[in-house]
Amino acid sequence: MLRVLKSESFPIRASEDVVIVRQAVRIQAVSLGFGLVDQTKLVTASSELARNTLDYGGGGAAQIEVIQNDQRSGLRVVFEDQGPGIPDIDQALSDGFTSGGGLGLGLGGAKRLSHEFEISSKPGAGTRVSILRWK
Amino acid sequence: MERIPILKMGDYLLITIQVDMHDRLAITLQEDLTDQIVKHRSHGVLIDISALEMVDSFIGRMLGSIASMARLLDAETVVVGMQPAVAITLVELGLSMTGVRTALDVEKGMLVLRTALSKARRNGAPRAEV
Amino acid sequence: MGTPKNKLAEVLDKHEQQIAKGWLERQASTMRRLSGAEQQEVTRQSREFLKTVKTAAQGNGAGDISAPAWNPVRDFLTDFSAARAKGGYSSSETASFIFSMKQPLFEALRQELLHDPETLATETWRATELLDSLGLLTTEAFQKTREDVISRQQHELLELSTPVVQLWDGILALPLIGTLDSARTQVVMQNLLDAIVKTRSDFAIIDITGVPVVDTLVAQHLLKTVAAARLMGAECMISGIRPQIAQTIIHLGVDLSDVITKATLADAFALTLRRAGFKMVREQKERAAEN
Repeated sequence: MLRVLKSESFPIRASEDVVIVRQAVRIQAVSLGFGLVDQTKLVTASSELARNTLDYGGGGAAQIEVIQNDQRSGLRVVFEDQGPGIPDIDQALSDGFTSGGGLGLGLGGAKRLSHEFEISSKPGAGTRVSILRWK
Repeated sequence: MERIPILKMGDYLLITIQVDMHDRLAITLQEDLTDQIVKHRSHGVLIDISALEMVDSFIGRMLGSIASMARLLDAETVVVGMQPAVAITLVELGLSMTGVRTALDVEKGMLVLRTALSKARRNGAPRAEV
Repeated sequence: MGTPKNKLAEVLDKHEQQIAKGWLERQASTMRRLSGAEQQEVTRQSREFLKTVKTAAQGNGAGDISAPAWNPVRDFLTDFSAARAKGGYSSSETASFIFSMKQPLFEALRQELLHDPETLATETWRATELLDSLGLLTTEAFQKTREDVISRQQHELLELSTPVVQLWDGILALPLIGTLDSARTQVVMQNLLDAIVKTRSDFAIIDITGVPVVDTLVAQHLLKTVAAARLMGAECMISGIRPQIAQTIIHLGVDLSDVITKATLADAFALTLRRAGFKMVREQKERAAEN
């Protein structure tokens, strides 16, 4: 049974907000007792997705949630925007960082840095990306 | 407006990144650096990221851009002081930092620059006598 | 509120001493012999627990134990079970803390409801359900603590089995023994990078003589480790490539062209010494004539 123990929301409207989200994720990860490498992975993945929300989604919000299931706890971050959406998710996920200017450059990376990754996006209906890392 | 200070160390320039970078700061840094390279006719740039607890694709691209710009201005770049957790995460992220030299710290970074510069000199790259 | 609901609370209050006494006696009979100090602790815990259950029952009857009124009881049992697990008690010894309360509790209920067999039956059933769910909770908490201990030990084992050796000034060796999975790779990378920082090394040799299987995943893990070391300014080599491994790597199409590879650790060491600027000179010692 998955429970959300704590939930905090942060607007992403300017590049300063990306920094704020990063720092909030770091603080939450530290308080949950994640090791340094795990913290860094969470913060880096969040930074990628926050930037996407800002640069391609036209701004949106990030929700940082402390999750608990029967055996363990984890940190989940959900990014949501009302932007143009991603037409080809598979392609966006496989975009390498060197294919400069392509959509969703951070998606594949964020997925690799997380234990669980979910994305839903429809052209014209915005994008929602969720990453989770278990302790 | 906040700026990242650029120190002149002989023939090299040293940049120490200590704050959480955002877009404007990155652009300002690149402008300042290219100015300084030309102004001091520097041939080496050391970027100290030992205070960075995270490097994402934005910062990675910025470092790559700086290295490319510097090379156009006849200067070599070394990024030093990457934290282990950051290195492990970068590798997992899949960001290839090819084209960016790295070293453990400023001291080793200067060694790398000296080697790179003497190699460039041998290869006949146009370079002012130091 | 409604009397039937709180009959349990009433009985726990009225017959507290008697229940405690009976309970402690039954606990003693189901457990191994305890030392004086251990016995004192059990007595203290039992009395405290009884009070906590009484308060919870007063607030909520013998209802759903996940209700907030039962939080103190659940917290108590979680801590209690964890302590027992760490203290080397068995799963039964821990659960019997709860189950041995049944008989004295039923006895108290019987005395109280002697003339009301229907209510007695209902209340006995309620009490059974309550103690059963508390017992299950105790067992689960016990299990979890055991699993945490095992997982921590596994992690420690992992750390110990990936030592980093300093071969020379600025030259590290990482002899890998056994399989290289994703979890192990993380530990390997951390150990190696920390060692690079600590020793300010410029070279690292990963020796895979002791790695039985090198498939695509293992190769990827190795390449990641090499890449990470490079970001720290250290150059990585891979040694100990057996002929079969070489064949497998080529057949799999793994690209190791970016990495220096050597058949033996000795070869790799010799190469790093040269690259580090060292020169080896064997001195010819004068041999004194024997006769």
